[in-house]
Amino acid sequence: MLITCPYCGPRDVIEFTYQGDGNRERPQPASQDLDAWNAYVYDRLNPAGDHHEIWQHSGGCRAHLRVVRNTLTHEILGTAFARGGHKSASHRTEGKP
Amino acid sequence: MSSRRTDTGGRIDRLRTIRFTFDGAPYTGHAGDTLASALLANGVTLFGRSFKYHRPRGLLAAGIEEPNALVTVLRGDVREPNIPATMVEIYDGLVAVSQNRSPSLAWDIGALNQLGGKILSAGFYYKTFMGPVIGPLKGTRLWMFCEHFIRRAAGLGKAGAAPDTSRYERMNAFCDVLVVGSGPAGLMAAKAAADQGARVILAELEAHFGGSANWSGETIDGAPAAEWAGRIVGQLEGNDNVRLLPRTTVWGYYDGNTLAALERVTDHKEVPAKGEPRQRYWAIRARTVVLATGSFERPLVFPGNDRPGVMLAHAAERYAQEYGVLPGARIALFTNNDSAYRSAVALKKAGAAVVAIIDVRSDVSNEMRRLASEAEAELLAGHAVVATEGGKALTGLKVQRFDLTGGALSGDERSIHADCLAVSGGWSPTIHLASQAGAKAEWNPARQAFLPPQATQRWIGAGAFTGSFSTAEAVAEGRTAGLAAAGGAASSAPLPVVEAAPGDPDPAPVFEIKAKGKSFVDFQHDVTAEDVRLAHREGFVSVEHLKRYTTLGMATDQGKSSNVPGLAIMAEALGKPIPEVGTTRFRPPYTAVSIGSLAAERFGDLKPERLTPMHDWHIDNGATMYSAGLWYRPMIYGLAGETVEQAYVREARATRESAGIVDVSTLGKIAVQGPDAAEFLDRVYTNMFSTLAVGKARYGLMLREDGLAFDDGTTWRLGEQEFLMTTTTANAGKVMQHLEYFLDVIWPELKVTVTSVTDEWAGAAIGGPKARAILAACVTGTAVDNAALPFMGIVRGEIAGVPVMICRLSFSGEMAFEVYSGAGYGTRVWEALIEAGKPFDLVTYGLEALGTMRIEKGHVTGAEIDGRTTARDLHLDWMLSKKKPFIGSAMMDREGLISPERLQLVGLISLDNRPFNGGAHIVEELDEDNPHDSIGHITACCYSPALGKYIALALVKDGKARHGTRAFVSDPLRSRFGPIEIVSNHFYDPDGSRMHG
Repeated sequence: MLITCPYCGPRDVIEFTYQGDGNRERPQPASQDLDAWNAYVYDRLNPAGDHHEIWQHSGGCRAHLRVVRNTLTHEILGTAFARGGHKSASHRTEGKP
Repeated sequence: MSSRRTDTGGRIDRLRTIRFTFDGAPYTGHAGDTLASALLANGVTLFGRSFKYHRPRGLLAAGIEEPNALVTVLRGDVREPNIPATMVEIYDGLVAVSQNRSPSLAWDIGALNQLGGKILSAGFYYKTFMGPVIGPLKGTRLWMFCEHFIRRAAGLGKAGAAPDTSRYERMNAFCDVLVVGSGPAGLMAAKAAADQGARVILAELEAHFGGSANWSGETIDGAPAAEWAGRIVGQLEGNDNVRLLPRTTVWGYYDGNTLAALERVTDHKEVPAKGEPRQRYWAIRARTVVLATGSFERPLVFPGNDRPGVMLAHAAERYAQEYGVLPGARIALFTNNDSAYRSAVALKKAGAAVVAIIDVRSDVSNEMRRLASEAEAELLAGHAVVATEGGKALTGLKVQRFDLTGGALSGDERSIHADCLAVSGGWSPTIHLASQAGAKAEWNPARQAFLPPQATQRWIGAGAFTGSFSTAEAVAEGRTAGLAAAGGAASSAPLPVVEAAPGDPDPAPVFEIKAKGKSFVDFQHDVTAEDVRLAHREGFVSVEHLKRYTTLGMATDQGKSSNVPGLAIMAEALGKPIPEVGTTRFRPPYTAVSIGSLAAERFGDLKPERLTPMHDWHIDNGATMYSAGLWYRPMIYGLAGETVEQAYVREARATRESAGIVDVSTLGKIAVQGPDAAEFLDRVYTNMFSTLAVGKARYGLMLREDGLAFDDGTTWRLGEQEFLMTTTTANAGKVMQHLEYFLDVIWPELKVTVTSVTDEWAGAAIGGPKARAILAACVTGTAVDNAALPFMGIVRGEIAGVPVMICRLSFSGEMAFEVYSGAGYGTRVWEALIEAGKPFDLVTYGLEALGTMRIEKGHVTGAEIDGRTTARDLHLDWMLSKKKPFIGSAMMDREGLISPERLQLVGLISLDNRPFNGGAHIVEELDEDNPHDSIGHITACCYSPALGKYIALALVKDGKARHGTRAFVSDPLRSRFGPIEIVSNHFYDPDGSRMHG
């Protein structure tokens, strides 16, 4: 699998660390909404197809990337810096079965 | 045993004699021989015993697909089992032994299994090892006892127990064109691509490039094919763009055109050259792949088809042509297609008597009839072999008339005297890599074979791989593929001229001759045609189920010779055409891959090591080192004649009585800097850091998002916007990633940078009643008394002229200080501290004493923060701030995380004065024979010099409520049972008076 880091260019997957589902929405730190926290920590879409993911270029520039990966073919459809905050709620519908 | 070596011919070096042993007997061969060809030349026909029935087995093939002749190669104490003898190149001193026989290959007690053939049929294991569910043997130990022997009777080679001392390497490679296979198609492809200027890698799994050119006897451009191949290889060798990889099996085709290959660098050498690895794992990223992997000849399924002496027709031809070995003196051939006729002529030319060609087809072309008479062989068209004769070697066979349309046998059996039966059941393209790459193979009814699918990745096929079985097609397709792969235009230049025997590539659709007797489909796993039909009768209709139930194609050869015949027989049983039954998808690896090659640089002398700045000092001063992750740390500084326990007890006791010093450079250290650094730490730690004064340190605890404990350590406030965080040694990398994730993804608005500074600082912890006096004796530029350096205070000063930071904190429970200096000055500061400590009886101590003192104090480490415990479980709830949210704060109070039933940290005292073992269970009732109902387990244990007892830390259900009660330690694996007392984890100086001073 080749992931194109916006800083470093196309690099082999062994340089990256998977940092989880990119669809997660972290509740506000002070939120006591346990359902929202539960969804953030445990609920995953697990789509067969395009999936939004966070990867860290841990063996390179250490930046976190937002990666769209096809879970069936491992095709990387896009990468961008994750810096810039949460995924907005509207993205959550993507990848749902 | 007579020599079967021909007088001339073959591609072996007859001037070089090589000596080796097989099953202890000495043999000789020539350079260029495989173990198979060399033994065959010595008249050996018996190579192994079969998996289930222990039937005698000989060579079926001459290449990687060999299912029978598996051997174990010994090098010193290291044994590598299950290597096809056809793939072992002989070298002086080679020691090979046969497998699955006892006491010897010729006299094998397990052969009695043949008498029980009916019982050992398909699904034997499923039916048998469930055990009797009723009756007197139900669930008894007697049954378990028998199972042991039944399991031992079946099998292949035994794995070795000695550690593998070989070195393995990993290589990453990039190329424009990877050509897999170096037969005429692969050579043409590599040449065409290289001539276009492409970077080419050519991988050949055998020792010599050329594939079928090495034994086909054909002529290319007026020269013998082998010479032509040699010439092309010579041209490729001279091209800087080309990397030639012999003995390299491409075994995996992964996404992104990434391929995995195994190069056997020195397996064929008596003594490897200095620095050479045994094997090299190649990760190859190719723009385009040319698959020129050729094809496998299929055996026919008929009674007695596994008798030594029955082999594939091309294999017989290859032994004669490439190795100068005749597999028999009187050879018969049995075929359903034209290719065996060429083999017959070749065998005749090499000096064998070709007694008969038995062809299932009654309609044989005139061209083939001509070849048969050229071989001086009797042609028995419309006949089939119905039995073979002989014991451990073939002596003859029986044939009958055969009707191609219905498969019926008729007429009288006729006996033919022969010592070798060469069989051809058609050819199957080697489509494994294409199948791995993602698409499903397609059945071609004319070729009676699965042809490669449409490419789903960037690969191009050429030659026999595509079902084009002639060499003329191979060179044409090879060149086209090579040009296309390199992005070149098609060429109209003349192609090499191939002179080859004629032949129709399409076989008759015959896979099995149904006559009385055992007819093997999968030789390596002893699966017969009847087993396949039995599976069908028992209701298995899916090819995937059939495969698992009968274990067809599931041995080390992965059914290279058996998949298609097995499928054909299954299809017939189901009454369906083959494409409707479908084929299984091939998965990596194509051939067996050594685990060592996958571990490669992560193991042995290529594994990176992390050494602290004071490492050499520790070694020079008698430390026994301990590997902790990649780090090496002193375990003990043992004195002559001391045991480990004596050493750490002495070190810990001396530290509590006078002073001790330990290297703590391995602790993770992260510089947290920026205007929002304090706010950030408030969010990641459970306790407050924004209130921490500059020049002070605080112990901090981090949770995971799910509320469980993650890591602990002290963080020092060096300035208003600057902190130095320490982490446990093991978690340094994980904590760093945790912080980076939150800063980058969750809270990008925070103005904070985090930098790993673990390797920038050397750290020494010095503790004990005399520690302060030692510091006072060597530190300049600052006072170290209670006023200048209170508990958790930080000062800057100098030791031996080196700037140092000193923080007064304690892990040992004594008055203690951590002294940090620049890593390059670590040893200088360390030595100055040692020198200053001499009048104060300062001792160096290692990890064991460090652990002992922390257990006495009841401090937690990774053994207790094990990913399952909460802050409350570890009695750290006092650190959970109620004034602010922090990572994990929302989830930590969930019902299951606050239950009193949870395991909580406690101390244990051994009441029988015997040591504990880590991982031992705690029980309320001791039942050594039937241990049950664990209430917890030991996480760390030691002998405590402070208490004079064996103690432990443990996680015990509702532990706090059990203080002062008794229970038992139950450790059946190590037979350690005994009474214990459960106490507080704070064994020693619970009010901390010693460290506060």
